Amino acid sequence: MGKTIAQKIFAAHTRDNPSPGNVVLDLDVVMCHEITTPIAINDLVARGMDRVFDPDKIKVVIDHVTPSKDTKTATQAKILREWAHRRKIRDFFDVGANGVCHALFPEKGFIRPGYTVIMGDSHTCTHGAFGAFAAGVGTTDLEVGILKGVCSFRTPETLRVNLTGKLPKGVYAKDVILRVIKELTVNGATDKVMEFRGEVVEAMSMESRMTLCNMAIEAGGTSGICLPDRVTAEYLWPFISGDYATIDEAVADFSRWHSDQDAVYTGEFNLDVSNLAPQVTWGYKPDEVKDVTELEGTRIDQVYMGSCTNGRIEDLREAVKIIAGRKIAEGVRGILSPATPAVFNQALAEGIIQQFMAAGFCVTNPTCGACLGMSTGVLAPGEVCASTTNRNFNGRMGKGGMVHLMSPLTAAVAAVAGQITDPRPFLD
Amino acid sequence: MKTFGGPAICLDRSDINTDEIIPARYLTENSKEALKPYILEDLNLAGFDSASEELKEARVIVTRANFGCGSSREHAVWVFEVNGINVVVAESFARIFRQNMFNCGMLAIELQKEDIDRIMALGAGLRVEVDLEHNVLTAVNRDHELAFTFTLNPFDRELVKAGGWLPYADKKY
Repeated sequence: MGKTIAQKIFAAHTRDNPSPGNVVLDLDVVMCHEITTPIAINDLVARGMDRVFDPDKIKVVIDHVTPSKDTKTATQAKILREWAHRRKIRDFFDVGANGVCHALFPEKGFIRPGYTVIMGDSHTCTHGAFGAFAAGVGTTDLEVGILKGVCSFRTPETLRVNLTGKLPKGVYAKDVILRVIKELTVNGATDKVMEFRGEVVEAMSMESRMTLCNMAIEAGGTSGICLPDRVTAEYLWPFISGDYATIDEAVADFSRWHSDQDAVYTGEFNLDVSNLAPQVTWGYKPDEVKDVTELEGTRIDQVYMGSCTNGRIEDLREAVKIIAGRKIAEGVRGILSPATPAVFNQALAEGIIQQFMAAGFCVTNPTCGACLGMSTGVLAPGEVCASTTNRNFNGRMGKGGMVHLMSPLTAAVAAVAGQITDPRPFLD
Repeated sequence: MKTFGGPAICLDRSDINTDEIIPARYLTENSKEALKPYILEDLNLAGFDSASEELKEARVIVTRANFGCGSSREHAVWVFEVNGINVVVAESFARIFRQNMFNCGMLAIELQKEDIDRIMALGAGLRVEVDLEHNVLTAVNRDHELAFTFTLNPFDRELVKAGGWLPYADKKY
């Protein structure tokens, strides 16, 4: 019987089968940030177990609230910083070099096809874009990962998500994944790996694949995953050119992870994207999604552009097509948070930052900040935000605030129009 | 082994997420105990009062489908733990929340929707007791007693027995 990519990765990393249906995996990468790691560190210290399984396999960033905004967040950063130094973790990213974890770590080449990856952050599924098994976990899983380099999972079932057709103008990976979540519902993929397949995925950049995989958790998925191919190899080439003579050789090697033709899936979901409209959430759950045309005229107070979902250079390039030469509508606040220093630098070099500022946007340093209502753009009760992030939970960006999730293009149009607006006519 | 059960509170809604259980603004705390006052502070449920005596006394939560969806924050489990709640009974759970419960040596028990309906119908004075040895969950109020059998993944049971994933893994790996 054939195997899916997730089953192949599991087979290659199985340390133990503690009971039928449960697997303990060896981990290739354990990623840490300052919100969910300090309690694990404190606990390890308290137990007299302040050790790490392999400092080179641990990647650490301060990203959720940075630079620190108060004593509590400064203390979290300090605990993480001192631990990284103490345990000789070389890949530690602090103020000046830090950015949103799921944008920063791929840029650094830390994720490779076939890897097992965990982090105390639900959007860790983003890294499945590289053909890795990457899952968000809680602090105890993280703590054991740090200490022992293992994590337990149930044997993966895979939901195959076939994306066919051609993306229309003004429609992006964000719209596709919002539509997939709408159809599957918020627990349609619980305990499953969502394997994204089809010509739409093959045509996508790594940035778009990351957007797609980023929101797998919003359908309950353990991870999203794409088959690693030439696009993957080209993205990773600066980091793997020592391992392979040519890109072709890397592509051929990556293909060993591909799901077999006769692999068994627990379900299939098909979506032809050819007639897909830009998608926008309307409620407090990520599966409460409508075509943008059904929400036109919804007034907004703030536009937030950034996050691990849509804060990459590709996203900013699409948004600036609208922003360039225009002004934010009166009464609307615009916040741009490039996801990493590299994205920020590139956007500066291309004049994108300047265009956003000319339109009236505030540009923040790279941080998760407003996405989860921590800093740099928290909403007041009753306020409405057009956001490129991944969660529209009640109060997510501030108690009493309302979040509408959408693509960077749709958010850019909302910024200049002052209300949710179909972006497609703006592209003509 | 620990005993599981006591006064129960019903949260009759599906898809209760971890932001509702413990909002992100409290994730800057570096101790579990500090989370205690903020339990379910942002829960969007008509008639629910996070400051009620009923919640203070509760040792068990009974709820609907996809409980604990959203963020991976284990704070959602800890805020229950420090408030004396160590069992959640639901139609289904989000994966990370469920794993976090067992990783902390706590119980996430799944029952059919019809069974949850019957437990919720018992209304005021509800108590839920869990007999781990016989896999029986008993729901009682003043006048009625209902018993349900449940299944527990053998590995999850081992985690509860060991007092969580860290002691289990430290011994074994």
